[in-house]
Amino acid sequence: MQKTRVAIIGSGPTGYTAGIYTGRASLEPLLFAGQKSGGQLMLTTDIENFPGFANGKNGPELMIEMRQQAERFGAKIIDQFVYAVDFSARPFKLWTHLPATANPEVLEKGTPEEFAQMREALRAEPHDVEADSVVVAVGAKSKMLDVPGESQFVGRGVSTCAVCDAAFYRGKRTLVVGGGDAAMEDTLALTKFADSVVVLVRGEKMRASKIMQDRVLAHPKVTVMFQTTIKEVKGEAAVKQVVLINTSTQAEQIMEMDGVFVAIGHMPATGIFEGQLELDTHGFILTRQSISAAGVAMAQAAIDESGKVAFPSMTSVEGVFAGGDAVDIRYWQAITAAGQGCAAAIDAERWLEER
Amino acid sequence: MADTPQHSIIHLDEANFQKTLDESSMPVMVDFYADWCGPCKMAAPVLEKLATEMKDTLVIAKVNTDEAGTLAQQFGIMSIPTVIVFQKKDGKMVEVDRKIGFPGEEGYRHMINEVISAEAPAA
Repeated sequence: MQKTRVAIIGSGPTGYTAGIYTGRASLEPLLFAGQKSGGQLMLTTDIENFPGFANGKNGPELMIEMRQQAERFGAKIIDQFVYAVDFSARPFKLWTHLPATANPEVLEKGTPEEFAQMREALRAEPHDVEADSVVVAVGAKSKMLDVPGESQFVGRGVSTCAVCDAAFYRGKRTLVVGGGDAAMEDTLALTKFADSVVVLVRGEKMRASKIMQDRVLAHPKVTVMFQTTIKEVKGEAAVKQVVLINTSTQAEQIMEMDGVFVAIGHMPATGIFEGQLELDTHGFILTRQSISAAGVAMAQAAIDESGKVAFPSMTSVEGVFAGGDAVDIRYWQAITAAGQGCAAAIDAERWLEER
Repeated sequence: MADTPQHSIIHLDEANFQKTLDESSMPVMVDFYADWCGPCKMAAPVLEKLATEMKDTLVIAKVNTDEAGTLAQQFGIMSIPTVIVFQKKDGKMVEVDRKIGFPGEEGYRHMINEVISAEAPAA
């Protein structure tokens, strides 16, 4: 069993920034990076909007350097997932092993029942880590469409990572579902290889930034279909067809298709905190910084004698702090995530000092 | 990420793929990857480590899908990393398992253990 003053859970920009700050504060943090360290930026190519890189920066490279920076200041990085926590008493308890019988991919692919079973089995076993404070930086994962055929064809024509898989669609017909910046990035990645890219936007307009929309709309290989969504993915060994449905007229149409790229956003990866931290109805962790009525109420209740909100990044559990995509219901940027990791680290440090 | 020896993983291309599989007495696990793929970068050190650790029970090999596009096509690779395990059945190497996407170290270990335990009774 390991003991630490600060355990950081997560290895995206939030987790690594928290690692850099708590490391420099000589807190010798343990950072649980998961088995797939680096977070969502590992699935990107060039990041154009991270300040300090005038010519852009390769996403995976940026994450590998953030990791090295955290290590340089004494963060101990452990490439393991945290599968269960007990925040009911301090020191907080963390489990980083799986019960012998569990599916190793239970965190990502397990059913809610499998997940609950795993959690209960673990709580009966000895814990692996005791921490005086915790920074939660678990981020978010891709949302799926949840339509027939989708899960069956993942990796056989259905993908959530166009920048990873675009090269396999040379000369093929492809479809991107989504109207945000991630969908635009996917679309542009596909235009380099595919013959055609159809973009499905659920509403009447796209949510993506103007600059990304303009690039997509101007591209000769791209067709954008508004008020359209996908009803079913069909195929045999691989995807062959999609059934589309118009969201206003309900009219259906079948389209021959080789690749379907899902980019409809993300959901917080907060399953292990159910029953431990206060979450909103979508699973986002509530802190005193949450920009919702519940968050404002938490902030109100935490105003100290100087008239300021004490430890703004603190969750519903004293000593547990959070930031990044697991908390953020609006911005979802690498730079805001890094900023929130910094804030959580400073709050954790001050809180530990005051005790 | 600790440095691990680079020589335990063999690199395969169109020229040596079939020969290497045919001549192997152990199961062969092939990682289809590319240099520009983030998840492949995460998988690489894990596979290096497993290759060294398991060198007496399993061969781990890599195929660069940019350089060996024909192999990628032959095995229907549409997403990387894809790892395929080949094992001898009646003297012929056949695909026995396939994992699309990086499942983490435990995911790969799980996959290898299943193959090895299937191997054991025959040995």
